[in-house]
Order: sequence, then C-alpha cells, then structure tokens
Amino acid sequence: MSTPQTRERSTRIPKRSVAALTVLSASMLAITACTPGASTAEEADSEYGFATVEQKSDAPITVWVDASRQPAADAFVAANPDVPVNIETYDGGADGSGSFQTKVQAFDQAGSGWPDVVFSTQNNDAAWASQGSDPFAAPLNKGYFEQSFLDGFTEGALAPLTVDDTVYGLRNDLAPTVTWYDQSLMDEFGYSVPTTWEEYQELGEKVAAEHPGYIVGGVGDAFAEEIYFWGAKAPVNTVVDANTFSSDTSDPYAKNMAAIIDDLLDAGVLAQESVFSPEFVQKYTGKVLMLPGPVWYSGALFSNPDSLNAKPGTIAAGLPLAWEGEEPAAGNVGGGTWFISQHSANLDAAKKFLEFVTSDERYQVDLAPGLPAHKAAADKWLAKQAEGGFFTGDFTENVSAASAQIWDGWGYPRFSQEAVWAKTVTPKLAAGESLVDLLPEWQKAIENEAQVNGYTIK
Amino acid sequence: MTVSAVQRSPSDAAAGSSRGIRRRRPAGGRKSVAGQRSRVSYFFVSGYVLLAVAFGVFPTLYAVFIAFLDGDGRFSGLGNFAQVVGDFRFWPAVQHVGAFLLAWLVGLLALVTLLALLVHSLGRRWLSSSIRFVYYIPGALAGASSVVLWLFVLNPTVSPVSAVLHAFGFETFVQTVSPGNLPVVFAVIAFWTGAGGWIVVMYGALNSIPDEVLEAARMDGAGAVRTALHIQLPMLRKWISYMAVMSLASGAQLFVEPRVLSQASHAVVPADWSLNQLAYLYAFKQQDLNGSAAIAVILLVVSLALSTFFVIRGGLFERD
Repeated sequence: MSTPQTRERSTRIPKRSVAALTVLSASMLAITACTPGASTAEEADSEYGFATVEQKSDAPITVWVDASRQPAADAFVAANPDVPVNIETYDGGADGSGSFQTKVQAFDQAGSGWPDVVFSTQNNDAAWASQGSDPFAAPLNKGYFEQSFLDGFTEGALAPLTVDDTVYGLRNDLAPTVTWYDQSLMDEFGYSVPTTWEEYQELGEKVAAEHPGYIVGGVGDAFAEEIYFWGAKAPVNTVVDANTFSSDTSDPYAKNMAAIIDDLLDAGVLAQESVFSPEFVQKYTGKVLMLPGPVWYSGALFSNPDSLNAKPGTIAAGLPLAWEGEEPAAGNVGGGTWFISQHSANLDAAKKFLEFVTSDERYQVDLAPGLPAHKAAADKWLAKQAEGGFFTGDFTENVSAASAQIWDGWGYPRFSQEAVWAKTVTPKLAAGESLVDLLPEWQKAIENEAQVNGYTIK
Repeated sequence: MTVSAVQRSPSDAAAGSSRGIRRRRPAGGRKSVAGQRSRVSYFFVSGYVLLAVAFGVFPTLYAVFIAFLDGDGRFSGLGNFAQVVGDFRFWPAVQHVGAFLLAWLVGLLALVTLLALLVHSLGRRWLSSSIRFVYYIPGALAGASSVVLWLFVLNPTVSPVSAVLHAFGFETFVQTVSPGNLPVVFAVIAFWTGAGGWIVVMYGALNSIPDEVLEAARMDGAGAVRTALHIQLPMLRKWISYMAVMSLASGAQLFVEPRVLSQASHAVVPADWSLNQLAYLYAFKQQDLNGSAAIAVILLVVSLALSTFFVIRGGLFERD
C-alpha cells in the first residue's frame, strides 16, 4: 500500500492539522465568547406578574398534548377556527418519563422553540417548571387569569400547581382513587363490597379459593403505589420543604399495605400486567371483580370498547377504602395539568385555550374521560354520567366524596415516584419477590432519586 | 441508530478500497495527473471533513473543555468526574453497558464470521447473494423503528415466537424485559439490525483472499473447516478487529434502544439504564451540562483505550 499518495499525505499532515487546530480554537473562542450574556434581561411585566415577550395577536400557539388529550385540542380548534393552533402530540410525561422537562430544558439551552401550551399527565411538574432563573411556567394568578375563573376549580384541585401562593398551571381533571367493582359479579358470587383494607384482603383470599381467575386489583402499573400506598396514608413521599424530603417505608401503614399486596399476589387475585397492556384486556375482560384505581378508569377502561368494555349497569365506584376504624383516604393518580409558557408570544390565545380545555362543556362534559377539575364542568359531567346510566350504585356521590378525601401527606417533589416504583419494584414483583422484603430497597431508591434532584433527606 | 449508520459505511469502503487500488496503479506514471487527482480528492473528502469537524471533533473538544468547568464556568478540576462517578446510577449503568458489550461483541464476532464463511462456501451464486440480501434487510430499519418491532416480538402475548419466550419461562412482557435479561435483549436487537451489514463486509473480505492460496490449501488436502481455521480466519484478522472497533464505539453509546423500551415498558426498563442515557438526564433533567460532559469524556477515554487494544492486537494499521 506504500503508494506515492501515502507518502504525500504523511508530509502534509502537520500543515493541515495546524490549520484545523486554528479553525477549531477560533470557533471554540467564538462559542465561549458568546455564551455568557446571551440571555437578554426582559422587563418584568407588572400586568401579568412575569416578563412577557413581545405579543403578536395573530401568532400561532403550539400546543403539546398526549394522545388522550388530542380531542381537547381538536374541540378547541373546532370551536375557535380563527385562533391559529399547531397541535403536537408527545407522551405526556407518562410513567414519569420526564419528556416534558427534558424537552423544555433543551429549548432553554437553545434559547428558543418552546411550546406555548403543554399538557402533562404528571401533577408534580410545577415543582420544576416554576423554578430556575428563567422558569418555564407562567404564573396565572398574578394578573393573567381572572381570580373568579381560578376560584371556579374544585377546592384543592390547584394545590399541586401552587408554589408559594403562585398558581403555575391549571388542572385538567381530578384523579382520586375509588374502589371500582362489578356489582353483577358481586351479586352472582354473593359477596358484599368491602369498605376497609382488612375486608378487602379477606375478600381477595375468598375469591382466590372460590373463584380463581377473577381479580380484585392490579399492581402492574407505574402508578400502583399512588393507588395503594397513597390511599393507605403511607409516608413514603413526604416533601418537608422546598429542599427537604423524607420517605419511610418502615411505617406501619406502609408495611401493612405491603403485606396485604404480598398476600393477594400469592393468592393470584392481583393483576401484574399494566391495565393498558393487551395481556390485561385479554386475560381479565369480564374477570374484574374489584379494581381500586383512579376515577379516570371510567372512560379509560370500563366504558372503553378497546379495553374492558363492561356491560352498562354492571360497574360501580365505591368510596376509597379505609383502615379499620379510620376515615377513608383516597390516593390520586395524576389528573392532568395544563401549563402556559412564559415565552409565549400570544398569551391571549393561550389563555383562551386553557379556559376552554379546562372548563368548556364541549370538551370537559361531552368528551372528557375523567372527572373535570373545574367545579361547574364536574357537576355537569357527573350529571351526565348519572343520566347515561352506564355506572350503577352511588356513582356521583362516591366520586364527589372521594375527590375531597385525597390524603394530603403525599407530596409533589421534583421527581416522579412512578418511575422509581416501575424500575425498582415492578420487575421484582413479577419475578415473585415479596413486597415487604423490597420495602427498604424501594425507600433507598426513592431517597437516591430525591438526592440527585437536590433534596436533603430527613 | 448509530449502529446501522456506522455499519453501512464500511461495506462501501470495503467495496471501494480493493477496486480503488487496482484502478489507481496504471495511472501512477504522470505527475500532473496525480496532482490533479489529489486536488480532486481533497474536494471529495472536504464534505466529510467539514461535517466531521462540525459534528464530531468540535463537540468532542468542547465536551472535554466544559467537563473541567463548574456551572459558573470556573475551572473545577476533576470535580465533575468525582460527582458522576459517585452518582448512584453510574456504576449500574457501567455494568449494564459492559454486560451488553460483552454479550454483543462476542456474539457478533463469532456469528458474523461463521455466517460469512458459510455463505461464502455456498456453491450457488444466486443463493449466496440472495441470503446476503436477506441478512442485510433489517439493517435498513433505523434503530428506533426496529425497537418498536421488537416490542411485539418480546411480548409473549402477541409475539410470533411466543413459544420460544414461553420455553424460557417468560409469561409476561415485564418478565421478558427483567433487568437480568436486558443486556442480552439489547444484544439480540443490535445483532438483528447490525449483523447483516457486517456479513456483507466479511463476505467482501473473504473474496479478497487470492484464489491461489485457497487452491494450494485444497491441493494440500485441507477441507472446508481446516481452510477456514488456518487460511481464511488469519487472513480476516484485520477485518474482524475493524468490526470489533466500530461495534465497540457504537455499542458503548447505546441510547435509542433502551430509551424506546423504557417508554414502551411503562418505565420498567429504567430511563437511566445506559451511560448515554445518564448523560442525557444530566444535561436535560438536572441541567448539569458539565456533569454530562464528564460522562461523555469517560466514555470517550474508555472506548479509545479499548479501540487501541483492538487496533494493536488486530494489526489494523500494519501494512501488507
């Protein structure tokens, strides 16, 4: 291979590399020179309580929604054809994927490209979206939205989005957990519906013995801990203050709940598949005796032809389960949230959009699969469900009651409990390990995650 | 994605180099022609060089630069490195990528070489070329889309090969993608997408072994196996180490496959499984670009060291 070309090349290398290095160092200097001071200070806008960019009334707004919220955006477009909207779908941050945050921070680096409106399935997003030198989320209660509109939300609905009395987003729906059960199966088997966790465990054991194949719950989803441990008042996700966090899985509430789950898993009456998986639908259609879970299971599972597709008049929503001798406490699984970007160039359109998707009947009553967070819409939604007669029992009363029973000891930190549970606990439960034995490992994983997100562990 | 991109190029290079040499030789006589050619060749490589500098060399140097700075731009020595190495996610990620590389490189080197030898020994031309084509097809799928396809293959409920999964004792998707299986799962996916391209390269390399040598071996009474072991394999040594170096580089950067699988498995496959994912989280979740750069530099140093090993052991830069 020693051809004239190779020799020629070897003599030229130094010159070329010198040139390349010069170019490189010049461009490095250029880059480093322009990084500091790149952000120009904007004047704080007293009208809205944050620094706005120059507004253009005809600027299109870019809206990020997950697939389930696409109908909300479509309904807005249908109702407001004069407002230019670009709809983009993404995963909604489901299961704590963090895609909302990572994408926004990439835009922060680039200094442009932010969406105007974002839907997120995670209700802890305000914890990061309100922070930093240039926070993403626009404050809504400092002059931007009318206080009377914000007051129209169900009490406590905006709590996860409120940081130091500033509201950074609007709640799409409320997602308290209720005790879903199949009344027709209960009648057929001659069971009465449990109201406490102890009765729930007993019933599970009975089902395993008398009607194997039927289930009383599921732990296959990333949000299983928000159904069972939040609802059990287990102090595993306690945000003490802005930078202090604590988690205690050795608490009796946590240990007792883990023991119940272990027992029911051994009995084979808890599904280990995600409720969204094809396996779940294949194995358990018609076999769900009970399923503690969020209110939005109504539209997402029971009345969904692509999911469990239950017969009208069979499914009922019971009150959240309580510990024996105590008041019932509800967990909470998401309840989507809407944010507006501080960088939006058309804040009027963004406001119009948020008001529509959170409170307008054309979405929240006609199309929404879950309980609206806006009070007036919620009442109409509940009335519509009662009128439709799909659900049996005291649906309206129990769902309303549950939304006031969400246990307030479970915090909204800057990281996702769902992702921690999914990677630490789910595969080990599937491999047959005991949840009681996994509790210390789970706590360690939560604390690790809290620490890398800047919390001190108490 | 990196896998298929890296592996498509060497096949072109393999085809080009042997032909290129033959064509160049007779033209070597006149100087002016050679000079003209070298100028033209600069033009041709300039596109690559510019892109390599803009998207390869410059970002690398920039990463090395900021890996030694703190968030305020002050020199922080090895602070970022100490921080990422002390991160509870770092060593698990190292183990994951290490186990994946081991499973993948061993499988890739052994199976690709074996398959290339088998295909090369086929007597019928049409059969050998159509098999090579079939091997190559999966490589045409980009990384993310091939993972989406594998989501179905790995799910015992819907998999066309569910019998195989059941034979291994996997009843649910979560069991299939349990932490212990992941390195092998990713190795299988990477092999499926990437091996075809390498088989074509190896086939080309086998073609470059002179017929006289093989004939001499036959005359001496060597069968197919002995020829493969004593003639073909030693002569393929450079190509095998080339494959190892390129695969090592792309494999250490594993990102797309675990990321897609993480979303599809509802986070059962963690979002911080591989080192590159961790670097991504550092940059865009924790807003710590310096820490992210430190992980990148560690990856670079380790990959360079291992590549040097393969280059020296494989005699990649020796002249014939």
